[in-house]
Amino acid sequence: MEETIWDLRTDKTIAAIKEGKRLDGRKFDEYREVKIVNDISENADGSARVLLGKTDVIAGIKMVPGDPYPDSPDEGTISVGAELLPLASPSFESGPPREEATELARVVDRGIRESKAIDFKKLCIREGELVWIVFIDVYTMNHDGNLFDACSIAALSSLLKTKIPKLEADRVVAHEYAGKLALARKPLLSTFAKMANNVVLDPILSEEKAMEARFSCATTEDDCLCAFQKGGGGSFTESEIDNCIDVAFKKAKDIRKLL
Amino acid sequence: MKKKDKVDYVKNGKRLDGRKVDELRPIKIEAGVLQRADGSAYLEWGQNKVLVAVYGPREALPKHIQNPYRALVNYNYRMATFSVPDRKSPKPGRREIEISKVSGEALERAIFLERFPNTTIDVFVEILDSNAGTRVAALSAASVALADAGIPMRDLVSAVGVGKAGGEVILDLNKAEEDAPDAVDMPIAMLPRTKEIVLLQMDGLFTKKEWQKSMKLAEKGCEQVYEAQREALRKKFLEAEKEDKKSKKAGDQ
Repeated sequence: MEETIWDLRTDKTIAAIKEGKRLDGRKFDEYREVKIVNDISENADGSARVLLGKTDVIAGIKMVPGDPYPDSPDEGTISVGAELLPLASPSFESGPPREEATELARVVDRGIRESKAIDFKKLCIREGELVWIVFIDVYTMNHDGNLFDACSIAALSSLLKTKIPKLEADRVVAHEYAGKLALARKPLLSTFAKMANNVVLDPILSEEKAMEARFSCATTEDDCLCAFQKGGGGSFTESEIDNCIDVAFKKAKDIRKLL
Repeated sequence: MKKKDKVDYVKNGKRLDGRKVDELRPIKIEAGVLQRADGSAYLEWGQNKVLVAVYGPREALPKHIQNPYRALVNYNYRMATFSVPDRKSPKPGRREIEISKVSGEALERAIFLERFPNTTIDVFVEILDSNAGTRVAALSAASVALADAGIPMRDLVSAVGVGKAGGEVILDLNKAEEDAPDAVDMPIAMLPRTKEIVLLQMDGLFTKKEWQKSMKLAEKGCEQVYEAQREALRKKFLEAEKEDKKSKKAGDQ
C-alpha cells in the first residue's frame, strides 16, 4: 500500500521537475529552512537538534578516555554512529544498523575526519596509554528526506559546543569540564538528487523516492573538498558533479552562518 | 614522537615504485574461472588479487524483497582474513558493508535490470590479497564476471583509483602513497562508452582544480581498464568458439 502511494507521488515529483518546479516550491539549488537548537542534553558533552524542513535529527557527543591505536600512539580519534530510529519512519526497524545507517555514519564521519577539523594529536592524554575518543552519535526523529545533510549539520553543531570532561585518576568527573574541544574547520555536507536529467539540492523524501542517483559533497569554509559519496543506481556526468561542487561551496556558507 | 622523513612521492617524473604519474599497476584479468558460478572472473592488479562469482538472475528470496519491475543487485564485497597486514576479523565491517552498497549501485546502471523482474543478481567478491584500490579492482572484475554470466548490459563498468600524495595528483595509488600525510583517495567507476560516472567517493583535502585534474587521469585510467576487461572476455569467448568448432568437426567425421 505504502509503495503504491509513493509510485503515484513519484510521477507527480518527476512531472514537476520536468517543468522546472519542485513540489514544495523551492528552487533547484535551495535548502529548506534550517533550525538548530544546541545543548538539548545535559549529560552529553555536546549536543544539537537540527530541523531541515521537517527532517529532524539529534546529535550527541560523548568524550571517553580510551586506548590509542598501536599505529598512532599519540592520537585520539572520532567515531560516528547513526541510528535510523523507528520514530522517524515506518520503514526503519530497531536492531543493529543496516547498510543505509552504515553508509550515513561513514559519510558523516569522512566529512569531519578528512577535513582535519579535529587535531587528533590534541586528543592525546598520555602517549601510548590514554587518548580521547570522541563518540558522535546521530539519531533520526523524523525522516522527510536528506538525512545526510541534517546529520552533518547536527554533528558539526554539537562538536562546536563540545566541552572536554575533567579527568581525575584517568576517570571522567561527571558534569565538570576542563576546556572546549577545538575545531580548525567547519566541514559540511551538501547532498543532491538527480531525476529526469535534473539535479536538485536537499531532496525531500518524495524526491528521494523518485531519484535515480544521489551525490554528496563535503566542503570547508576555505574552499576545500573533503569527501564525496555517490549513491543510487543512476549516474552523473562530470559537468553535473562540477556544478554540484560549486553549489555546495556557496550553499554551505549560508548554513555555516547559522552555527 | 618520531618525525617522519619528508618523502618525495614524485621525483623526476617517477613515483616511489617507478611508475609515471598517469601509469597503472599491471592488470591481468581472466573470465570464467569458477565451475559452479554462472559467471566469474579472477583479477590481479598490482598486488591486489580478487575472485568474483556471479549467480543469476535467479528468484529473489524471501519473496517480499522482490521488485516486480526489475532485478535486484546484491553485491557482497569481503576481504579474506589474511588479505591485509593485520588479520582481519571474518565478520563484515562497516567499510565492507558500505563498499558493497555503493558498488552494487554502480553496477545497476550498466545492467538491463528491467528485463528480469522479481529476480536477484548475486555478486560475491573475495579479496585474497590487497594493496590499496581493492574496491575498484573488485568492481572491474565483477563487471567481467557479469558479462561472463551472459547478463545483458549497456556497457562494462570500469573503475580506477585516483588521488593525491605529496602534493601531486596521481593515478592508481598504492598503499605507500595512500598513507601520505596529505593523501587524497578518490575511487571512481564509469561506463566508458558514455563517460557516465556510476561510482564516486573521495576522502582527503582536495581543491576544485585538483579534482578536475584527477578526473582527466581517471578517464585515461578507466580506458585502460576497459581494454583489459574486453581482452579477458575476447580471450574466453574466442577460445570457446574454437572449442565449439573443433567438437563440431569431430562430430562430422
